[in-house]
Amino acid sequence: MSQASAVVEVQDLVKRYRKAKVNAVDGVSLRVEPGEFFALLGPNGAGKTTTISILTTTLAPTSGTVRICGYDLRRDPASVRRNVGIIFQNPSLDANLSGEENVRLHAILYGLYAYRPAFRMMPAAYQRQVHELASVLEMHNEMFQPVKKLSGGMQRKLEIIRGLMHRPKVLFLDEPTRGLDVVSRRSLWAYLREVREKYQVTIVLTTHYLEEAEQADRLCILNHGKVVAMGSPGEVKAHPAEEFLELDANDRAKLREELTQLKVHFDEDGAFTVRLDGRSAHDVVKQIDVPLTSLRTRQPSLEDAYLRILAEEADE
Amino acid sequence: MNEMSAVAAIASRDLFKFLRDRTRLIGAFIFPFLLMFLMGGTLQLNLGKAAGFNFIGFTFTGVLGMTIFQSSSQGLASLLEDRVNDFAQEIFVSPVSRYAIVGGKIFGESLVALAQAAPLVIFAIVLRVPLTAAEILLLLPVAMLGCLVGGSFGLLGMSIINDQRAANQIFNFILLPQFFLAGVFNPIAVLPWYLEALSLASPMRYVVDLFRGVVYTGRPEYHKVVLFDPAVNLLVMGVMFAVFIVIGTALFVRRETNR
Repeated sequence: MSQASAVVEVQDLVKRYRKAKVNAVDGVSLRVEPGEFFALLGPNGAGKTTTISILTTTLAPTSGTVRICGYDLRRDPASVRRNVGIIFQNPSLDANLSGEENVRLHAILYGLYAYRPAFRMMPAAYQRQVHELASVLEMHNEMFQPVKKLSGGMQRKLEIIRGLMHRPKVLFLDEPTRGLDVVSRRSLWAYLREVREKYQVTIVLTTHYLEEAEQADRLCILNHGKVVAMGSPGEVKAHPAEEFLELDANDRAKLREELTQLKVHFDEDGAFTVRLDGRSAHDVVKQIDVPLTSLRTRQPSLEDAYLRILAEEADE
Repeated sequence: MNEMSAVAAIASRDLFKFLRDRTRLIGAFIFPFLLMFLMGGTLQLNLGKAAGFNFIGFTFTGVLGMTIFQSSSQGLASLLEDRVNDFAQEIFVSPVSRYAIVGGKIFGESLVALAQAAPLVIFAIVLRVPLTAAEILLLLPVAMLGCLVGGSFGLLGMSIINDQRAANQIFNFILLPQFFLAGVFNPIAVLPWYLEALSLASPMRYVVDLFRGVVYTGRPEYHKVVLFDPAVNLLVMGVMFAVFIVIGTALFVRRETNR
């Protein structure tokens, strides 16, 4: 794909907060292609929210260049704002207004319609759009009730639908499932998939849930403000290219001794987890004499890769 | 056109929020009534004869100026509250100009201040403050000018103070002395030089005095109550508004992105 066609292009982005001693974002470069589902993953304080705040124009970068849909962030923030939708980490609905009033304020701020003091005075196209949104969210009367009466999951969906009203080319979501229970989280994800298909929108998401990042087309792991891994979930998982062997024996002391002699890396947590480091499982097993009570191989999960990458970072 | 719609939308959000908040609505009715009736009434009974003017009318104009100024300036501090609730982000990532945001906020808080001041005028009529229809009509533009000064003052304060809790405390600290320095309840025709200096620096003083200028023009007690000619008050208010709005907006816009 050509250089110019990326939806998000970030080059050497640095952010140092006032009075801070270290950079919150420290030389991040990345590209997100049209239609892609891109996840920023990392522990708390890794710089995910700072990065997304800069990409959405609410925070000025210290240095580096950012282009969103071809528009330079510094030179043309208004065009950037018109082309992005944002779902913030903390709900940004006005709890004292109804769902519809929140949606209406958004539509007016984005120049979609002129201001009218009441729903009924708004153009028919707007009214139709609101009814459509309400039916997608399966909320009808709730749309006209104060937002504070809606459940957390419902509020999030309302924010997403509001964020899509101006048909952004890219939707940023900053830990959208934070504070939601499992059921709401599942349903929000199903909804996001639907949104992606229907609107063909590029999605950039931050999360610290690995199972969420695993659903992305590509992911980028940030730590201490730096990119430490980037690629498809498969590529990132393969990064330390390793499989595990899980073993146990009645005579654990003997097994421990044999594994030590074999010079393999292993963790002991009741049973033993052996890191194969490129050796075949068969090669390891055939050298063990002690009778095994359980034996199985395990493919690395994203979590294994993630923890390993962060640990490597810490070692350096 | 788009920017005007944005200003109207941001402003109407503030007004609706006020009209839906029952506690604030009741407070807006009871508090000024207590001030005018108890404070003005008792002052009138005890000091009215000696002072040579009616204290209920004096307190009415004072409380009117105070309500307009205080409500509009403290209302602007709600931009900080919005940020705590993360609602401001929604406004700040939208493509409207930062000036439209500030304008909408001042306009909206002015509407709230006017709605809070309306019951006062009704009480004044009930308590038989001498007011002609023309004077009542003139109160409206004066109140709107007062809102602009209060709103811009609040904007400047809010741009300097970063934190909502600190803002509430500091605003009270700045506003309370102004009640006395502006002569809301107490005549300030004679003051020691240091208080005179502080009084002249209080923006609220000019708003209160302009209200008095309108209500007392042509009455025998005019010179006992009114300090400056309305034209002087208007001029000072204009200069203060210009200074506050320019510095306040610049600081605010800069701070929002350079955190």
